Amino acid sequence: MTERKRFEDNVIFGFLLILAILYLMPMLIILWNSFKGRFYIADTPFELPNAQTFVGFKNYTNGIEKTGFLTSFGYSLFITVFSVAVIILFTSMTAWCITRVRSRGSTFLYYLLVSSMIVPFQMVMFTMSKMANILHLDNPIGIIFIYLGFGAGLSVFIYSGFIKTIPREVEEAATIDGCSPIQTFFLVVLPILRPITITIAILNTMWIWNDYLLPYLVIGNNYKTIPIAVQYLRGGYGSQDMGAMMALLVLAIIPIIIFYLTSQDSIIKGVAAGAVKG
Amino acid sequence: MQKMPLRYYAFFTVPTFAAFFISFFIPFLMGIYLSFTKFTTVTNARWVGVENYVRAFSEDRDFINAAIFTAKFAAISIVTINLLAFLLALLLTRGIRGTNLFRTVFFMPNLIGGIVLGYIWQLIINGVLVNFGVDITYKAEYGFWGLVVLMNWQMVGYMMIIYIAGIQSIPTELFEAAEIDGANELQSLRSITIPLVMPSITICTFLTLTNSFKLFDQNLALTAGAPGKETAMLALDIFNTFYGRNGYEGVGQAKAVVFSIFVAIIVLVQLRMNRTREIES
Repeated sequence: MTERKRFEDNVIFGFLLILAILYLMPMLIILWNSFKGRFYIADTPFELPNAQTFVGFKNYTNGIEKTGFLTSFGYSLFITVFSVAVIILFTSMTAWCITRVRSRGSTFLYYLLVSSMIVPFQMVMFTMSKMANILHLDNPIGIIFIYLGFGAGLSVFIYSGFIKTIPREVEEAATIDGCSPIQTFFLVVLPILRPITITIAILNTMWIWNDYLLPYLVIGNNYKTIPIAVQYLRGGYGSQDMGAMMALLVLAIIPIIIFYLTSQDSIIKGVAAGAVKG
Repeated sequence: MQKMPLRYYAFFTVPTFAAFFISFFIPFLMGIYLSFTKFTTVTNARWVGVENYVRAFSEDRDFINAAIFTAKFAAISIVTINLLAFLLALLLTRGIRGTNLFRTVFFMPNLIGGIVLGYIWQLIINGVLVNFGVDITYKAEYGFWGLVVLMNWQMVGYMMIIYIAGIQSIPTELFEAAEIDGANELQSLRSITIPLVMPSITICTFLTLTNSFKLFDQNLALTAGAPGKETAMLALDIFNTFYGRNGYEGVGQAKAVVFSIFVAIIVLVQLRMNRTREIES
């Protein structure tokens, strides 16, 4: 390595380091403000807590109590985990079936699902939430069914692209050995889909965990997921409890950071694979 | 397997399609129908022809203003996000120390939900503006640039990942050959890197475009459209038309149809461009 290259690399490293710190600042600012008294936040957010402004975990207890955050966390976790599980199970089945069975019907169903990815949520939000209400899907279990409907387009699209690349011979051998299509799928195909299943699980987890408008419209009155709880705390202008807000923002971010740091590589790979979603 | 008995076919497809029809497809068709009617709940619709579409554009300027605001926002975001992301991708493919750590940090904000992002930046921007005795709702420009900064913070890391993948797929021989021929870094950037990452540039441009057009949560949390409705983007304007006042459900639905056609055109142009590029190569 030449002297000049080393110098350049050091300059770049310094630049990136400063940028990375700037990048983390917003989260750090929220973190330290969450330990300050509620009236010391809005006007001086860039000051660290000091002896006068430090209130310990008071904002956290306050915020958790005001919004029922623990319940919200429970709803978010329940809805996310089960929706993702249901989406994986049913969309992999559907994708395999309509990819392998070549027929006009399959092609039609495939394009019907895939074209739903284009449609913005505002197009269906009103009619969908009325429908959910009429069919009694407006509860944490019913919403799983709705997420299956909305997640189907992207998940089937990605699964189908992957399935096209696996050779049919294995499945044919299983059929010859006497497996029914159901056995073939669950015993032979599903294990092969594992890598793409991880991608799909991550994409759907990030979407459902952070989703605000859909759960707000469908179940928001009775069941507040985390994003709904955060928005709920806002209240009217001026009456907002800034301390509780900061604590809640920190609590909302922590699970995401833990999730990210434990499975970073799959997340980056998965989210990049989701780039097809337009 | 070319054929499958119908009962198996049903077993594999019915659960997904039942959910798809009930939560998406039927509401979608109903939405198109209702945009031509006057209604307050979906059951009391009365046919009014294109009246809702006329009202969406003529009754007030909200929808047009939102469209202009959204277009401006999208134009600026596309440029800033892609330039920053591309620059970071260049710097992170040189093999300097800490590359993985930097990648981790720059990507992180992408995973945080829109509502949370909105309130984080509201605090920071208001914290700066309070020194001038105002807040983000004082002027539409504040909200606009606030949204641009927020969107950059969220999206740059994501686009950076796509650009890194694009740059890493370029064969290193090309750069070595260019170096032997005496090309400097700027020349190989212009004649090798940029032409060969064009597919990534197309993807990222359209991703930022569609994401900017559909932006809702961030908009709601950061300014909620204030001052007045000046910083409301299309999705928020549609939401407010539906739920803000009674008797405007049909107008909201008509706006949603127009919005969907907008987004569909963008996506179709993208698909077409990708296809022509595939044929060319």
